[in-house]
Amino acid sequence: MSELSINPGIEIRDSERELDRFRRRLATLGFFVLTLFGLLFLRFFYLQVIQHSHYSTLAEANRISVLPIAPHRGIIVDRNGVMLAHNYSAYTLEITPSKLQSLEETIDGLSGIIEITPRDRRRFRKLLEESKSFESLPIRTRLSDEEIARFAVHRYRFPGVEAKARLFRQYPQGEMFSHVVGHIGRINKREVEQLEDDGRLANYRGSDYIGKTGVEQSYEKFLHGTTGVEEVEVDSGGRAVRTLSRTPPVSGNNLVLNLDAKLQEVAYNAFGDRRGALVAIDPATGGILAFVSKPGFDPNLFVDGIDPQSWSELNGSPDKPLLNRASAGTYPPGSTFKPFMALAALFYGKRTPQQVISDPGYFMFGGHRFRDSRPVPLGMVDMYRSIVMSSDVYYYMLASELGIDPLAQFMALFGFGSRTGIDISGEAAGILPSTDWKWRRYKQKWYAGETISVGIGQGYNSYTPLQLASATATVANNGVMFRPHIVNHVEDIRTREKTLIESQPLRELAIKPEHFKVVRDAMAGVNKEGTGARVFANAPYTSAGKTGTAQVIAIKQGEKYVESRVAEEHRDHSLFIVYAPADKPTIALAVIAENAGFGARAAAPVARQVLDYYLLGKLPAVTGGKR
Amino acid sequence: MPFMLRRLYRFITGHIDGILLCGILLLMFTGLLVLLSASNGSYVRVSGQLMNMLVALGVMWLFANIPPHYLMRLALPLFITGCALLVGVALFGDVVNGARRWLHVGVTRIQPSELMKIALPLMLAWYFNRNEASLKLRNYLIAALLLVIPVALIARQPDLGTALLITAGGCYVIFLAGLSWRVISTLFVAGLASLPFLWPALHDYQRQRILTLLDPSGDPLGTGYHTIQSTIAVGSGGLLGKGWMNGTQTHLDFIPERTTDFIFAVYAEEFGLLGNVVLLLLLLFVIGRAMVITANAPTLFARLLAGAITLTFFTYAFVNIGMVSGILPVVGVPLPLISYGGTSLVSICLGFGILMSINTHKKLVQT
Repeated sequence: MSELSINPGIEIRDSERELDRFRRRLATLGFFVLTLFGLLFLRFFYLQVIQHSHYSTLAEANRISVLPIAPHRGIIVDRNGVMLAHNYSAYTLEITPSKLQSLEETIDGLSGIIEITPRDRRRFRKLLEESKSFESLPIRTRLSDEEIARFAVHRYRFPGVEAKARLFRQYPQGEMFSHVVGHIGRINKREVEQLEDDGRLANYRGSDYIGKTGVEQSYEKFLHGTTGVEEVEVDSGGRAVRTLSRTPPVSGNNLVLNLDAKLQEVAYNAFGDRRGALVAIDPATGGILAFVSKPGFDPNLFVDGIDPQSWSELNGSPDKPLLNRASAGTYPPGSTFKPFMALAALFYGKRTPQQVISDPGYFMFGGHRFRDSRPVPLGMVDMYRSIVMSSDVYYYMLASELGIDPLAQFMALFGFGSRTGIDISGEAAGILPSTDWKWRRYKQKWYAGETISVGIGQGYNSYTPLQLASATATVANNGVMFRPHIVNHVEDIRTREKTLIESQPLRELAIKPEHFKVVRDAMAGVNKEGTGARVFANAPYTSAGKTGTAQVIAIKQGEKYVESRVAEEHRDHSLFIVYAPADKPTIALAVIAENAGFGARAAAPVARQVLDYYLLGKLPAVTGGKR
Repeated sequence: MPFMLRRLYRFITGHIDGILLCGILLLMFTGLLVLLSASNGSYVRVSGQLMNMLVALGVMWLFANIPPHYLMRLALPLFITGCALLVGVALFGDVVNGARRWLHVGVTRIQPSELMKIALPLMLAWYFNRNEASLKLRNYLIAALLLVIPVALIARQPDLGTALLITAGGCYVIFLAGLSWRVISTLFVAGLASLPFLWPALHDYQRQRILTLLDPSGDPLGTGYHTIQSTIAVGSGGLLGKGWMNGTQTHLDFIPERTTDFIFAVYAEEFGLLGNVVLLLLLLFVIGRAMVITANAPTLFARLLAGAITLTFFTYAFVNIGMVSGILPVVGVPLPLISYGGTSLVSICLGFGILMSINTHKKLVQT
């Protein structure tokens, strides 16, 4: 090393010292290297030994995603297999807001390739407010194949937007069944809480929809099915790479209704432009054959969240299409109450069928003159004539003699004033007036004078068409009462096993058959020679009915009700109850046509068309009535 | 014939250090193995990397055969060219990803900061060697100035990672040249004191990276994502690893840049603590051999250059592994000899070539 130096002695020493110092410095750096590598080792030890299980869990959580597989919702068919609610597969365009930079820009961008209406935007905005931002929400539903193709081409431009093939619920019968079949809709926060309380929330992971109204809601447990689970390995983009395990979902059960879709259609159309409700029941089973509330609405609007404009149109309409008139609307029964009053008279022994009273056209009570609605007094009236000709005076007197509380106790037997327990929710109880009821409701005592108008189905009386139909069916069935039910049976789609709904009678009323016979004969007389005779003229079957007219506003004493002078929404409601055939009834029904005047004029023709179809298979030549 | 073969053998291996080559080849083999897994079993990248390695080994052989004193002559021109190019970048450079790092030269683009990685230690070694007889504080100050000029230019691009690495390389030279401990400790204290003033001078993204290191979960989908996912990969590897080609973090795409800067995460996930220890030992083996060569280098120039190369290699390895395992901020530093990429391979092997040259040209210098 030193050979090159001129002055070896000094240079060597100097160079040796230099080299020594250099090597010490190098050793220092070597120590530095070892220290830092030691640090790395400690870090590895910490991560890979001490914290290993933690990071292992994180890696697994990264890797495995448990995906729920929503089951197919059961379908709903009528008694003949006509489809009322089914599923079909289509594409939706869904946005996950949390994955987006700008929601507005994305939607604007999408609208460049796929039609997105202002209505879609409004609907989306409403959904957005109701949900969490990491949920994927549909901006457009039911995309055409062409639209899907166009989106697929531009897909890369829209991270966070996905086209998904999904099953859609559809109600092919539209507004006719809106109140009875009901509809599903996106699960809201309240329903999530409810599901959580019931311990059913786990089964709804992966479900976006839940039954909201009608049998869709009340049979939710049967329709929904059991959610399946798929464990998949996902990559960092969340895409499934492969399936690790899979528990298939179990489809929901199908519902077969008692309803007859064609009958429902005949009934719905028979109302024409009128608002109203009709409930038809098979008296032998309590099965609901038709359940009409008119106007209805298109339930398909609600499935993916209704847009605010359509909602306010429906909600603000004076025709109240969202009100289920058949089971949540209550009306005074009017004269249709009279057959039940007659039964009460016989039950309590206040009248014999032959007992005759004099009808002068009015009834005086406590200085108040209760008028009969007919212009000409009936004269001598027995029970048969009281029903056939619909005498008010007969029932004014009877009610007055019976007293409100015995009357109420008897009417309660027929289900008046209490919920029938029909298998859809939202049922109204109605009002069966009694001293007790008035005290609870108004903290006032009952005045005897108030009993009088109750006798002709006016006053505080207020019942749902469903209650009226159920009571009529009970008369038709000689006192054997069933709980009205819409669903006939639930069908397990795998085992084909059928579970019948409500096959047992609810109760049997302790009313003598001969008493029923008197009233039934009188009701048959109504359609033969009484107030319903004209409408049922030439019917090839026998039927037993009763017309009714329910006042909407009170008429002052001494004044006369003139229809043309009264605003339409204050005109009388037209009611009709009937069962047929009279001797061996297979159908019992109640009709109300709102603000349509005398029962024989509007409600009875609806009933005639329904019976003609049900008993004869005859379709009405001209549908619809006049206002 | 045997004589000719022996001569050929001598010609090829004459300036190759067998021990160092052994370590390098082992690391390269490991790199290929991990790369195969990181690229999901695709041989395209692996064969590309194999080509890179052959080229790098060729460059290594070439530099092993260049006597150190030739390099000494290259030091000043190379440094001046480097600085000129850096100024060129600052004036005419292309902006890529918000940083001005590339310069168009005829048909291709170059990143002059890469050149500086070798030019600066060379320059400093040459400078100290020239003034070997009488090293004063003044010389160290001039050396510091030589260091600061390119570093400032690179930091301005901005490329803080490279700037810091070049600074480290320069500092190693100055340290090895014998800067007194008193000055070192004074500078250290001054450096610590100036930290609060440096903070505002940093770019937003640089500050973000440092903050992310302190708390990666603060921005799990942004800058923290790399660190979180690579830490999970390392941690979930455990003692023995998930097995080659079986890393879930790797194969499900959770590790970003997994063939390049973050390839260590793949390795650690699949080979575990045991594999990590083996890799550290392998790196130590290479560093150790390089240090032995450094310690035995004949001239100050050779010693300083060898030391700088050795410790730069170490620094790259440490910074990369530290970054992947979450103790250092994310800077774009590949894991030497393992990460995919030709540039890094060639420059690392070039350094090793110089080391081998220094080791095998001693006798020539002596005679």
